[in-house]
Amino acid sequence: MSVLTRTGPSRARAVGCRRTPAGTGGHRIRRWLGENALCVYAALALGYLFLPIAYVTVFSFNDAKRSNIVWRGFTLENWENPCGASGDVCTAVRTSVEVGILSTVLATMLGTLVAFALQRYRFRGRTVVNVIIFMPMATPEVVMGASLLTLFLNMGGVVTLGFWTIVIAHVMFSLSFVIVTVKARIASLDASLEEAAKDLYANDLQTFRRVTLPLVAPGIAAAALLAFSLSFDDYIVTTFNSGTVNTFPKYVYTSAQRGIPAQVYVFGAGMFYLALLIVLLGELLRRRRSRGS
Amino acid sequence: MSITSVSRVNPTRPGGNRRARPARSEARRRHVPYLLLLPGLLWLGVFFVVPIVTLLGTSTQTRVPGGEIGEFTQTLRLANYWDALSRYQEHFGRSVLYAGVATLAALIIGYPLAYMIAFRAGRWRNVLLVLVIAPFFCSFILRTYAWRQILADEGTVVRTLKWMHLMPEGASLTATSFAVVCGLTYNFLPFMTLPVYASLERIDHRLLEAGYDLYGGPWTVLRRVTFPLSMPGVVAGTLLTFIPAAGDFVNAGLLGTTRTQMIGNVIESRFVDLNDYATAACLSFLMMAVILALVLVYIRRTGTEELV
Repeated sequence: MSVLTRTGPSRARAVGCRRTPAGTGGHRIRRWLGENALCVYAALALGYLFLPIAYVTVFSFNDAKRSNIVWRGFTLENWENPCGASGDVCTAVRTSVEVGILSTVLATMLGTLVAFALQRYRFRGRTVVNVIIFMPMATPEVVMGASLLTLFLNMGGVVTLGFWTIVIAHVMFSLSFVIVTVKARIASLDASLEEAAKDLYANDLQTFRRVTLPLVAPGIAAAALLAFSLSFDDYIVTTFNSGTVNTFPKYVYTSAQRGIPAQVYVFGAGMFYLALLIVLLGELLRRRRSRGS
Repeated sequence: MSITSVSRVNPTRPGGNRRARPARSEARRRHVPYLLLLPGLLWLGVFFVVPIVTLLGTSTQTRVPGGEIGEFTQTLRLANYWDALSRYQEHFGRSVLYAGVATLAALIIGYPLAYMIAFRAGRWRNVLLVLVIAPFFCSFILRTYAWRQILADEGTVVRTLKWMHLMPEGASLTATSFAVVCGLTYNFLPFMTLPVYASLERIDHRLLEAGYDLYGGPWTVLRRVTFPLSMPGVVAGTLLTFIPAAGDFVNAGLLGTTRTQMIGNVIESRFVDLNDYATAACLSFLMMAVILALVLVYIRRTGTEELV
């Protein structure tokens, strides 16, 4: 819509990235570069973001015997047998998935309740609550990990570091992100929809279940995804509070000293493409649906 | 908002009988927010606030003379802070420097990227946004490790640079501060790009057109209109990049040497390997103080105080 109101030079700027250069010869290339400098720069920046992932992908096919440092030839063996000889990688991945699911469920439930309280009610002590929620996001992970470990150590023999302490830690640092995400979604809701439900004689519970919750659901889903990816990828807090239990990032970091086995690359690359596929399919679906309506 | 206003009792309304019910439900409603908050805040209280306070207590403890390693007693020794600061001031300096340079580099790389996605991407906008976040789908330790391999002495990058005589023979990229900054920039680039994009996307296009109408060239409009309007995003991105980068120890651990260690490395090794809890606690609070001070100065300077 804004394209219509644009005049002269600014309209030319609005076209986006061009694939077909105008003019001839070297002049043509220079002119194309001039017009598309921003796009070239952005492409380079995206290339920078994806370079290590390309590296991980390529080396997941490396015929490496022990350490995966030098290219030794193409093989599918790593993908066919991703657990490797010892199976350590798979144990670590399983722990990470279990921790991820548990902490995501807990953080999403607790965080959603807090988000509703903050967005829908007026109460005393709101400022304090906001500060408590903001603090974990502004605290460096090292400090969170170290302080939580201090607490566990001070509790003496009551707590043994392991699976459950990792879950506790992960819920703690993802909670704030869940709250912020869900809160934003609740704030963007159109209040008149709920009023309409009330006008149609729905009671509070019905309104919440049939109108409010379905509308907030995308925000809750986004928060859950965020919580899972924060948990699955966390190394710093985990390394303090995990004891002898290995999560996937911890396994990668400790094996980095003697060379990461190729199976780790398989999991790294595999998860990346799986997640990318899911997100892009979702986007495609959304586009098709919005075109249909 | 709407729920509370709906339930509010209208005092001028006649009929005491009708008033009794909403009044009771309002009394009940007063408890509702606290009940909703309770589990979440309890979790944060027990596993975040209490630990921080415990750590504060640990920071003034001293080692028990002749005791076991890791055995400490409370002596309220504030000089611990001074000792830690003077002993590790080099690491503090390095953390601030590396994180600062990485933040600046992320801004230089991320701002044009965000600008392109916001103004030029058209219908590819959502796909490009996904691509900016996509690296997070791959383990961040693994990506950092991949950088170590890419920048390795026998790697293509170094060999090409040497072949083009842009790098002297015998020099290397890994295990340098360059590699650490490169890794930090890489890892936190999306944290810069996304907030900048969010604020660029919100800019009213008519303001930019007004700039062009007033005979501003592309650079003038960028400098005088677009960039100032995107300032909240730049500030948010800077904080989201600088704070985790200053506390990070993975990049310095994987891409650096002992001479490029940051304060996070010291805290981690003091705490986990050496059981020197008091020093680690002091360093943690000193780091938070340094970060907080820098953030406050930065926000004061950029004049976006409504952010916090």
